[in-house]
Amino acid sequence: MQSTSYSLENIRKDFPVLARKVRDEKDLVYLDNAATTQKPIHVIDAISDYYKNHNSNIHRAVHALAEESTEAFEAVRDKIAKFLNIKDRQEIIFVRGTTEAINLVSYSWGRENVKKGDIVVTTEYEHHSNIVPWQLLAQEVGAEIKYIDIDENGELILEQLDDHLATGKVKLVAVSHVSNVLGTITDVNRIITKCKDAGAKILIDGAQAVPHMKVDIDSLDCDFYAFSGHKMLGPTGVGILWAKKEHLEKMQPFHGGGDMIREVHKYETTWNDLPYKFEAGTPNIADVIGFAAAIDYLSNIGMDNVRAHEIELTAYALEKMKNVKGLTIYGPKDPQKASGVISFNFNDVHPHDVATIIDKNGVAIRSGHHCAQVLMEKLNVAATNRASFYIYTTKEEVDVLINSLEDVARVFKL
Amino acid sequence: MSADPIYTEMIIEYSRNPSNFGKIDEPHIHRHDSNPLCGDSIDLYINIDENKVSNVKFDGKGCAICMACTSVLTEMIQGKTLDEVKNFQKDELLGELGLEHLIKTSPVRIKCALLSLKALKHGIYTFFVEKMNDTESAGNLKEEASSLY
Ligand SMILES: Cc1ncc(COP(=O)(O)O)c(C=O)c1O
Repeated sequence: MQSTSYSLENIRKDFPVLARKVRDEKDLVYLDNAATTQKPIHVIDAISDYYKNHNSNIHRAVHALAEESTEAFEAVRDKIAKFLNIKDRQEIIFVRGTTEAINLVSYSWGRENVKKGDIVVTTEYEHHSNIVPWQLLAQEVGAEIKYIDIDENGELILEQLDDHLATGKVKLVAVSHVSNVLGTITDVNRIITKCKDAGAKILIDGAQAVPHMKVDIDSLDCDFYAFSGHKMLGPTGVGILWAKKEHLEKMQPFHGGGDMIREVHKYETTWNDLPYKFEAGTPNIADVIGFAAAIDYLSNIGMDNVRAHEIELTAYALEKMKNVKGLTIYGPKDPQKASGVISFNFNDVHPHDVATIIDKNGVAIRSGHHCAQVLMEKLNVAATNRASFYIYTTKEEVDVLINSLEDVARVFKL
Repeated sequence: MSADPIYTEMIIEYSRNPSNFGKIDEPHIHRHDSNPLCGDSIDLYINIDENKVSNVKFDGKGCAICMACTSVLTEMIQGKTLDEVKNFQKDELLGELGLEHLIKTSPVRIKCALLSLKALKHGIYTFFVEKMNDTESAGNLKEEASSLY
């Protein structure tokens, strides 16, 4: 890569799995990064170092290992605060992932604040994890769910939000920062301003945003922000919920157990301070520590460079794909408006067949509904193919993907 | 490229022109089933006359394997007695399309291949239990269906 300052070649060397051969000695072409990214050796080493040299439970014991582990664990909170410009570390809650973060808000904040007849607004391009928790809540309290639809470019029709807000019943707007299927970057600033004016709270699902662009939580000034570590070089099982302290203080705990308590008596309990009130039980210590190595890795590259690389790749792929007969691309065609995700269908071939055939060339893409069945319904397809890029993706890999489509055309006699 | 072990001429042909594609109004048996992860989704319609399959159709969306296997399934059970249909085995279906190897090689794609058989077994079970009031004949079809993959 020429346009940015870091070397693609060196980056690739940091990812052991990228050297793998698959399916009869084919080079692995990993284009399923929106599902989960690969891990650099730094992350893998950090986890194994933790187990080899420090392993201990945290926050309780006084012995040396416990102290080291607690310190390392809590240092990750500070690292995240710096990475995302979060002013108060007590607002950072460790969870398993985006899904758990949203469920936490739905359960602990939702049941207290959303009542019968109230409205929760979400969008047609949400992941199931930002739809189903609200459905569960709505069913329980008798609230209603309303959608912001998408237009033919795969962008939200924000006038619909105005209409919803005008009812005066909207308690929460839950929207993804970047669509995991279309790659569309949501105009969250505009949405937040509208919500503030209307007195509605806003939750942002940042699972596809934090890995791919600079996110500044302090200046966003939303109410809740959720994301997952495994989509940004980190291990699975680590996610973050950020929420404004004023909400966290009033919210009931999500899970009860160890660590989240101050005093437990036979019939009542008082809660620990933030953030521990929401971190019941032994957390995923090793993977949280591994996640710190991922943040360091991305910080060294610089999120602006990450974004620039993806724009360049997406522009390259879109340009090449234009010349492939029978390819339908869903979502924005302007790489500035999307992250490195391209969803497509190839003639009338079912995405599962496309994925199976190109897998023989070592190309890993996702086929299916991508946990976004509401969007599939809107696009009027059962499934799509999705290629998603990351910091180690090369133009040559994009070429392999596009050339592999010729095999699909041959098999299906297109 | 060498001959593809999955995408044979026959499978491609069936996926382009599925057999018995369509719908039966007010069928004796109707079963909808889908594979949540890949988006295969079919409806199977069957009429039974004098204890035999007198008409069978299906519609829905799916990959080539799902379409081909469902097509072949409908061809194979047409005219068969309920007893024969009840005992219809997955090897027969997969064998017809040369897909036996999927059981070993592709735990993911085997679901596409056997979705229609699962729907059939469930459908026949419900028919015995609800229409014929005959739980004995229904046997363990339901468990069989659920344990296909
Ligand atoms: C936009 C979006 N939201 C939520 C999720 C769920 O994340 P996780 O499975 O890590 O909880 C994903 C990932 O699959 C996603 O892409």
